[in-house]
Amino acid sequence: MEKILYAVLVLSVMGAAFGAILAIASKIFAVKVDERLPKLTACLPGANCGGCGYAGCQAYAQAVLDGKASIGQCAAGGADAAKAMSAVMGVEAVEVEKKVAMVKCRGQNHLPKARYAGIADCRSAMFVTGNGPSACPNGCLGFGTCTTVCKFDAIHVVNGVARVDADKCTGCMQCVEICPRKVIVPVTYDADIVVACSNHERGAKTRKICDIGCIGCHLCEKQCEYDAIHVIDNLAVIDYSKCVSCGRCAARCPRHLISDSNLRTDMDAVPAMQR
Amino acid sequence: MSTFVALFTISLNAILAENFILVKFLGICPFMGVSKKTDTAFGMGLAVIFVMGLASAATWAVNEFLLVRLNLEYMQTVVFILVIAALVQFVEMFLQKALPALYQALGIYLPLITTNCAVLGVALLNIQNGYTFIESVIYGVTGGVGFTLAIVLFSSVRERLEDCDCPKAFKGFPLALIAAGLLALSFLGFSGFKVFG
Repeated sequence: MEKILYAVLVLSVMGAAFGAILAIASKIFAVKVDERLPKLTACLPGANCGGCGYAGCQAYAQAVLDGKASIGQCAAGGADAAKAMSAVMGVEAVEVEKKVAMVKCRGQNHLPKARYAGIADCRSAMFVTGNGPSACPNGCLGFGTCTTVCKFDAIHVVNGVARVDADKCTGCMQCVEICPRKVIVPVTYDADIVVACSNHERGAKTRKICDIGCIGCHLCEKQCEYDAIHVIDNLAVIDYSKCVSCGRCAARCPRHLISDSNLRTDMDAVPAMQR
Repeated sequence: MSTFVALFTISLNAILAENFILVKFLGICPFMGVSKKTDTAFGMGLAVIFVMGLASAATWAVNEFLLVRLNLEYMQTVVFILVIAALVQFVEMFLQKALPALYQALGIYLPLITTNCAVLGVALLNIQNGYTFIESVIYGVTGGVGFTLAIVLFSSVRERLEDCDCPKAFKGFPLALIAAGLLALSFLGFSGFKVFG
């Protein structure tokens, strides 16, 4: 009987003592945390995607508190997060334009320069075969390195080409960062007219290696009444400050590579080349 | 001199021949869980060294001055868990205040270790082996070093396995388990040595 009593006593006394010590310690060693920090962190999506340039959502919130970063750098949270953060910090809300990633390629380079059978990773493929195994020096390689960094399940390789789901994309631009070919670019979510090619080769050469690459024919340029699209270095480039989304260039493009609605519907109609 | 030799024997045993993970199979959970990247594995290892050393000291004292006096040795397991959990909590608070840099470096690994069986294991083994206070602390710290060695080695193996071309059924965890088994086999070679008798 005595043994049980001792055992229970020792354990409960120790438990109580440790509890008391910890309670006191938490008071003594309390570190002052700005009460706005948890509030700010709660405004953010919490994906810790790193798109803002900080280690995670809390690190960014801390930077905002310290005045090192401005509100609105969180692409994933977008306007809602910026608004909520402005409310916490007590400043005027800033307008944030939603940006999404877009793959500027539809991957029809059907002539591989070399056969690559190594690690299924674009970076590795670029490294091993010089400038990648595809004949087009700018096209999507389709090994899906971008899909591994996307925390929002918004980019997938479909028929050998990476494609962004613009509604799932939060604009953290991790895929843009990691793509070794730099074929993924940020575009505004509302951009209706986009050029889905990154190839700067001359027209004759592009014709040989790709069915739908930009050949720099200038037809879009001639169609445009607003001086918004130009062929620069053999590739059509849109000036969004002038573009009014009339869609005439898209209709005229002989390679059908200018999209009328951000690759979301129109481009899906054009089947990509099987590898 | 003889104490020095004894301590050296204990250290070498704890690091290689009786490695906590690969020979004694204690602390497998963090070994598999936190070994995906070498730098996180190293952070975990540092935290384990730290906690195992502290826990050895604290539990030795509790055992010697409390449990043995009251003939309550059979309560070692329960009491040690309590002591280690409270200790880790306390150390975490202390570090956050006193050494924020170290706190940042150890990060989430510190609370994770509270329920690590390698830490409880070292406390119980100290008593079983009848170690003195100094020997216990040395055994704890070097046991942590052995843990770090194993987890860092394993994480570098795993980083390479990530990129290998293997059957789909083996991808990821199964392959990691096989690699861990091979690593454990290789560490078995050390137990062939008898260090200083």
